[in-house]
Amino acid sequence: MRWLVTTVAETVPETVDAVSLRLDVPDWPGHRAGQHVDVRLTAEDGYSAQRSFSIASPPGAARLELTVVRIDDGEVSPYLTTVVEVGDQLELRGPIGGYFVWEEADTRPVLLVGGGSGVVPLMAMLRHHAALNHQAAMQLVYSARTQHDILYRDELDGLVDAHRAVTITLTRESPSEWSGRRGRVDSDLLSDSGWPPTHEPRCYVCGPTAFVEAVANDLVAIGHEADNVRTERFGPTGGG
Amino acid sequence: MPIVSRGFGGRRRQPSVGLLPPGQYIVDDFPVLTAGPTPHTSLDDWDFTIVDETGSQVARWTWPQFRALPADSITVDIHCVTKWSKLGTDWTGVSVDELLDGIETSAAYVVAFADGDYTTNFPLADVLDGQAWVAFGYNGADLEAEHGGPARLLVPHLYFWKSAKWVRGLRLLNEDEPGFWEALGYHNYADPWREQRYWGD
Amino acid sequence: MEDMTLDGNAAAGILGEVFVSEVTTAVTTCATCGAVAPIGGLRAYLQAPGAVLRCVTCGAVQVRMVRAPDRAWLDFQGVQALQVEMPPPA
Repeated sequence: MRWLVTTVAETVPETVDAVSLRLDVPDWPGHRAGQHVDVRLTAEDGYSAQRSFSIASPPGAARLELTVVRIDDGEVSPYLTTVVEVGDQLELRGPIGGYFVWEEADTRPVLLVGGGSGVVPLMAMLRHHAALNHQAAMQLVYSARTQHDILYRDELDGLVDAHRAVTITLTRESPSEWSGRRGRVDSDLLSDSGWPPTHEPRCYVCGPTAFVEAVANDLVAIGHEADNVRTERFGPTGGG
Repeated sequence: MPIVSRGFGGRRRQPSVGLLPPGQYIVDDFPVLTAGPTPHTSLDDWDFTIVDETGSQVARWTWPQFRALPADSITVDIHCVTKWSKLGTDWTGVSVDELLDGIETSAAYVVAFADGDYTTNFPLADVLDGQAWVAFGYNGADLEAEHGGPARLLVPHLYFWKSAKWVRGLRLLNEDEPGFWEALGYHNYADPWREQRYWGD
Repeated sequence: MEDMTLDGNAAAGILGEVFVSEVTTAVTTCATCGAVAPIGGLRAYLQAPGAVLRCVTCGAVQVRMVRAPDRAWLDFQGVQALQVEMPPPA
């Protein structure tokens, strides 16, 4: 797997803290929904830093999209969200990871559970599902801190249909005009917004490590088989 | 050949000329590196043992016994093989000279063993004569678990992977025995000033 | 205190430098406890001088990798067997 030089074609602000970078990647081999890339930044003196970012764009999209949430004392995310401009080059390798993917051939019901930036690879899955007009039932449970932290909010509203459902819960702020759920993702929310274990859904859980562990434990406690629960921990802060 | 990322500086400050081993840069934070989950041995269960070259346990301290030993306050520079360095770090610990005082041995090597099945190795001479401590304090406070607390080995003249976190004892040996990383490509001795990072360096 | 644990999937980049095919769906049998799991589901510790993948069931080290600029070392002693998918015969 080699390092590819990509060019930033568009930068799309998603929230105050998040930017989607749309990249032109020569010879991109294609990817599967849920995979990630490693991005490498190199300073003039040769110092380099590397981070993994989930691919937000579905397979077949014209440009590769990465959504980066800025971590205030991070080393790479502030650069990608505030310094990078259209025309800049970024080195990346990928696509990486065959374990945390959802593919067209899978007809089982799907439960996607994302915390914060953990929604990014799940969005690739949703976008792929929509582009295929796929009939498998796919549910997203997405935990964000405040309304202003919700990524892809309008697009998520537009994706809801007979085969895709979205539940967003806010964990920090409870504004009166918010008609959605409040509080963290717990067993009750997972039971209400997911499927009973008897349906044997494939579950994908992604976000900060503590979030992923709590949700994965809850899903198993509810009765889902551990083999049906795929996790992608983003690390303690969920980014960097 | 990596491309240079326009405007990227990274987290590290510029090194002060003359103070850093080759290839290192200074960091302001204290990066946490680990090969596994943080162990949580309670102080009631904690002990530190020394096993000699015959396989006999020749010394053992419980936590209260260990803390009753004379301790040094030292300020040292530390250098990680992943290229970050911290200058002037303050530690409190019991010198390995103190721990080995009175122990008869003809061993030439030592392996430090830690919770989580981590090991690292040294010529015995490199942990004597004021070169090594079992440290329980950092920056004036108890050493945090993620940095190796309750106690870690501190051997600042070598790359910091040899300052084993969660250290629990020393095994004295007649023959060298590469530790966890030394057996998988990292340099057996690991002198930062000669940039001994990997086998053959 | 932060938990540094990641999923084996996160090690796919560094392992992908050595393995030709997708390795995270390869299945290991733990040499210590016999548990069977895909590499992508092992517990990965990548903030280290090297990469370490541990068994989810017993915590033993299954795979280690060290990357130097011009060399890499791999240790699979903790894996009793590694099963990789191969394309069916033409």
